[in-house]
Amino acid sequence: MAFTFAAFCYIVALLLSACLIFFAIWHIIAFDELKTDYKNPIDQCNSLNPLVLPEYIIHGFFCLLFLLAGEFFSLALNIPLIAYHVYRYAGRPVMSSPGLYDPTTIMNADVLSHCQREGWIKLAFYLLSFFYYLYSMIYALVSS
Amino acid sequence: MADPQAPFRTGVAPPPPAAQLQNGPSTNVGKPVPELLKHKLHYQDLCWSMGHPYSSQAPPPANSTLPPHTSFSSQPNQTVPSSRGGQGGVPPPPLPGQTYTPQQRPAGPPPAGQQYGPPQGLAPPPTGPRQPGPPTATVAPLTQANTHLTPYYQPTGHGDTPGSSGPPSARSSTAPSPIPTQNFDAIEGGGVMTSFPGPPGTQMGPPSGAPTSQAGRRQYAQDPSIPSSGGQQPVRVSGTMAPVPSTQGSFPPPPGAQPPPSGYAPYGQVPPPPTSMGTAPPPSSKGYGPPGGQGMMPPGSQGSMPPPPSSMGQYQGGVPPPPSSQQQGGMPPPPTSMGQFQGGLPPPGQQRPPMPQGGMPPPPGQQPGMYGQQMQQTPNDLAGPFGRLTVQGGESRAVNLLQNRNICPTEPVEPPKANLRDDLKKVNTSPDLFRCTLTTLPQNQNLLNKCKLPLGIVLHPFKDLSHLPVITSSVIVRCRSCRTYINPFVTFIDSRRWKCNLCYRVNDLPEEFMYNPLTKSYGEPHKRPEVQNSTIEFIAPSEYMLRPPQPAVYLFVLDVSHNAVEMGYLHSFCRVLLDELERLPGDARTSIGLLTFDKVLHFYNLAEGLSQPQMLIVSDTEDVFLPSPDNLLVNLQESKEGPALQVAHKLMTPTGGRVCVFQSCLPSLGPGALKPREDPNQRAGNAAQKFFSRGEKEKDVQHLGPATDFYKRMALECAGQQIAVDMFFMPGQYTDIATLSGVAKYSGGCTFYFPGFHPVRAPAQVTRFERDLRRYLTRKIGFEAVMRIRCTRGLSIHTFHGNFFVRSTDLLSLPNVNPDAGFAMQVSIEEALVDSSTACFQAALLYTSSKGERRIRVHTMALPVSSNITEIYAGADQQAVVGLLARMAVDRSIMSSIRDAREAVINACIDCLAQYRSSVAGQQLGALMAPWSLRLFPLYTLALLKHPAFRLGTSTRLDDRVNTMNQLKALPLAANIMALHPHMYAVHNLNDEGALTIRDQIIPQPPILSLSSERLSRDGAFLLDDGEGMYMFVGRSISVRFCTDVLGTESFAAIPDVMFELPELDNADSERVRSFVGWLREQRPFFPPLQIIREDSRQRMVFLQHLVEDRSESMFSYYEFLQHIQKEACK
Repeated sequence: MAFTFAAFCYIVALLLSACLIFFAIWHIIAFDELKTDYKNPIDQCNSLNPLVLPEYIIHGFFCLLFLLAGEFFSLALNIPLIAYHVYRYAGRPVMSSPGLYDPTTIMNADVLSHCQREGWIKLAFYLLSFFYYLYSMIYALVSS
Repeated sequence: MADPQAPFRTGVAPPPPAAQLQNGPSTNVGKPVPELLKHKLHYQDLCWSMGHPYSSQAPPPANSTLPPHTSFSSQPNQTVPSSRGGQGGVPPPPLPGQTYTPQQRPAGPPPAGQQYGPPQGLAPPPTGPRQPGPPTATVAPLTQANTHLTPYYQPTGHGDTPGSSGPPSARSSTAPSPIPTQNFDAIEGGGVMTSFPGPPGTQMGPPSGAPTSQAGRRQYAQDPSIPSSGGQQPVRVSGTMAPVPSTQGSFPPPPGAQPPPSGYAPYGQVPPPPTSMGTAPPPSSKGYGPPGGQGMMPPGSQGSMPPPPSSMGQYQGGVPPPPSSQQQGGMPPPPTSMGQFQGGLPPPGQQRPPMPQGGMPPPPGQQPGMYGQQMQQTPNDLAGPFGRLTVQGGESRAVNLLQNRNICPTEPVEPPKANLRDDLKKVNTSPDLFRCTLTTLPQNQNLLNKCKLPLGIVLHPFKDLSHLPVITSSVIVRCRSCRTYINPFVTFIDSRRWKCNLCYRVNDLPEEFMYNPLTKSYGEPHKRPEVQNSTIEFIAPSEYMLRPPQPAVYLFVLDVSHNAVEMGYLHSFCRVLLDELERLPGDARTSIGLLTFDKVLHFYNLAEGLSQPQMLIVSDTEDVFLPSPDNLLVNLQESKEGPALQVAHKLMTPTGGRVCVFQSCLPSLGPGALKPREDPNQRAGNAAQKFFSRGEKEKDVQHLGPATDFYKRMALECAGQQIAVDMFFMPGQYTDIATLSGVAKYSGGCTFYFPGFHPVRAPAQVTRFERDLRRYLTRKIGFEAVMRIRCTRGLSIHTFHGNFFVRSTDLLSLPNVNPDAGFAMQVSIEEALVDSSTACFQAALLYTSSKGERRIRVHTMALPVSSNITEIYAGADQQAVVGLLARMAVDRSIMSSIRDAREAVINACIDCLAQYRSSVAGQQLGALMAPWSLRLFPLYTLALLKHPAFRLGTSTRLDDRVNTMNQLKALPLAANIMALHPHMYAVHNLNDEGALTIRDQIIPQPPILSLSSERLSRDGAFLLDDGEGMYMFVGRSISVRFCTDVLGTESFAAIPDVMFELPELDNADSERVRSFVGWLREQRPFFPPLQIIREDSRQRMVFLQHLVEDRSESMFSYYEFLQHIQKEACK
């Protein structure tokens, strides 16, 4: 029983992934509101866009911690998502402010359904990884 | 209902229908042939590229599994009865004085050499020399024909409780927009219930306590410009945005209010119904056979345009349509395609055997085309009665494109008509306004995917109409759940209730609707004009406003930089504006303002009392402000970029309106400054890819998208304040239209482009500028508009194309709408359309007219639904398909690259024809079969590839390219098709044969030539009309007579290098040519200048580049293209 750096990383990751779960839920709700016409796309984009980079940064941050702690398996689990984030942000529309969502295209059914699906998949991923970090944290605390 | 799939299961020949892809018996299911696995861009790829649902579709079943013996050619060359073609469509009775036929070429005998039989169209002009041919042969008796009709509304148990599965519109707009200024749309969509203190549902009727003066009031004004004479004055509320009571008072209604049935006396004098409704006798349209056509057609091909299956009504030629209905709307159904006879004799075996007229009609709902499948499998059974049934779908006939090269018709192509019941067909909306790419809708998404054609609607909602029924009524009857406006395609369950045709909810009819002011009778709701016209306009009561209707406010933002002043456009602009100032649409509240900019901004204080305008200069362009609180916009009645846009926005914020920006060069200062980013070496793209190794990353045309989102954000802010920005570009050099046009694109504006504008060097551009500006200033305008597209449950709008801001899944915000704007929407089928045999689209455009009236223009289109792929193909609308594909390709070009877009367009064509070959036409060696309805699809596809927007290998300025792309997205379909595939006429031998006579002027009607240099001759003069410009190509050996008589020059050599417009010479030839050119010009809103080009002129490429059937440096000729398609399709 020792409080190693790896255990610390997992604790941080645990907290942050809980945070990301909320991001994902917010994302899903926002797009559902768009789809059902409760919100104006301009407003919705204005509220969603500032959250995109923080989400990516939070995710990148604990991935960096995994790297530092030498937890390569956990890192490998997250690499596809990091790659996706980079790809997604590289292909964003021309915008002067940070963010991904363009109010003029967001109402296209393709974009909308894509974003919704993305939200659900991320939610699932963050939830699973939350439990994985929980397990890993306990394991790291117990094992050494 | 017979199972249409049955024949599929029995045989191996056709691939299993898409619905069975997962468990069908064929071996090809789920095992795509390797070639098909290779990455191909399909038209679906033109869709937004992220995670598109199509991507999960199984590849099409491989053709190669089809047994070789299922050749279509094993059939004898049987023909369809001649009566079909002749009476392919009952020409609508001509209306006296009707002028709403700009696109239609009135009939006359076809000129000599015309291969496609008679002109489509209107009944003949009285002076026409044509002979009304009697209907020949066997016309199916009416009663018998009717047995083919599937019931219009099958009484199903569905739909009374549309839940979450309702159409998007049903789900939408239950909450108001959080932005108050954008709340207008919420009203249109039913958000009124939350926008007003009234309880839900009250918006159905008038506000409670609606004054009796209004309650029973209905007024039918024929001309939309006639304001209602009654109390429907715009509600003016000072200050607040909240709808304060109108003059009639008692606005917000108390809860539970019901519309009071307060009398049915018609309000005031009821003007006579529009036009000669009810009095216009149908012309003796009994069998206007194809004049001259019968004799010209080879035996056996006479019936080449019989109606598609189950459209039996279409060839009940002798039955004149009742006079009322659509004439009232001023929208005669377009002439049916009786004129389209096949260009050449089809090779043996291409035509389906005829269906005996007296033969067994299939029971309703049975798809006749299914027998086609059976027939192909068992060619020996051809003699059987079932085999013959196929020919009912005359339009489903296939054409071998490789053997019919002269497929290009000599008349403008008529859009196909939806294959509906006769009475519905008559009231269906005009194809000029509303078209669908598939006039027979597939029943489910699988079938749609299978037929490889894009599904979408193409819309021209605000087109200038000469006859439009306008209704002033306190009650606008709408479905309570999906807010659909009542329309001709609803069903009346009894005299008190109607069933919505979009969500199938049963609604009550308000008491007032029972009275019909036209006939002054009571209890005939189905005779009301709302139910008789599929295009109609309502004067909206105050529930449809959140603020008083805005006044017409026009702000002109002029570039006065050195460059622009040199160019001299200001002179033209001032002249035109002064001329047209009186004719600007508007009322007493109309205001205009001027703003000029170069390095600084100049405001003009035009206040009353000043002897001359005061100029105020703002040089702080980083943080702009208004130098004077008011008087910058003046009322007409009282006194006769970059930062400029921001100022314009600030200036207009309180009212909304139209900003018109004249831009001559790249904005280089302040916010929104741009840098030139065009590389002249890249203008051609990189078509010469064969010189590059395959592995090398191919460069493509860059910078098709915006460089900054400043202009887009500007547009959104403007849209939020109901301001539209229109752009006039007059660039000398690169102006980055891709970025600048964003401001027009997302604010519902429009763009005009006059490259190389110069009074000396390019006088044609100056003429065009002045004429276009004149039209622009005086055309109708709708302010603070929203448009909602509703569709039958199961269909949903997928992607929008046009200039607007998409507010929600089915709602477009259009700060301004103009009569020259076109829109398109891609549609997907989310649930199978099994509830009804028809599906409908309804577009409702709510706008404020320049007179300050709130109006709603509603278009409704009904289409039959089929589960048979043969019928789907037979009903395809090739022009709409290409129009939609072009718009998708523009999106694709911007998102990805032009090369991808081109590939996707080609593959769309290949896939479609390959699928047709495998599922309908059957295998045939060396033939490229296409459905008759899609016979021009490859040609249009090729034209699209050679269009300046998508061509590679030919140097095209980036601005030109982007501008054509913008035009493809924002113009109506007819203009798009003209731009893609211009019309060419021989004008050196015009004669009066078949000429029209309009206002004592004889207008010759030469046939349209196909766009091939084979058609050109040394001794001819050819006029090419692409909608934006006209070019006359004069051959080297042109007769001296033509030169002197028409061109006013002594000889060919004396024709100047740069020559515009024809001289007015007093001789018959000159008059003919000029009247023909003038007639062509009259048919379009804008003025195409005429340029005369000598054969040896340096300008000749301007003409020759339009000859799309020829081989160009980097692109196939038409025949090569067909061969390419055939090769690919037979893989």
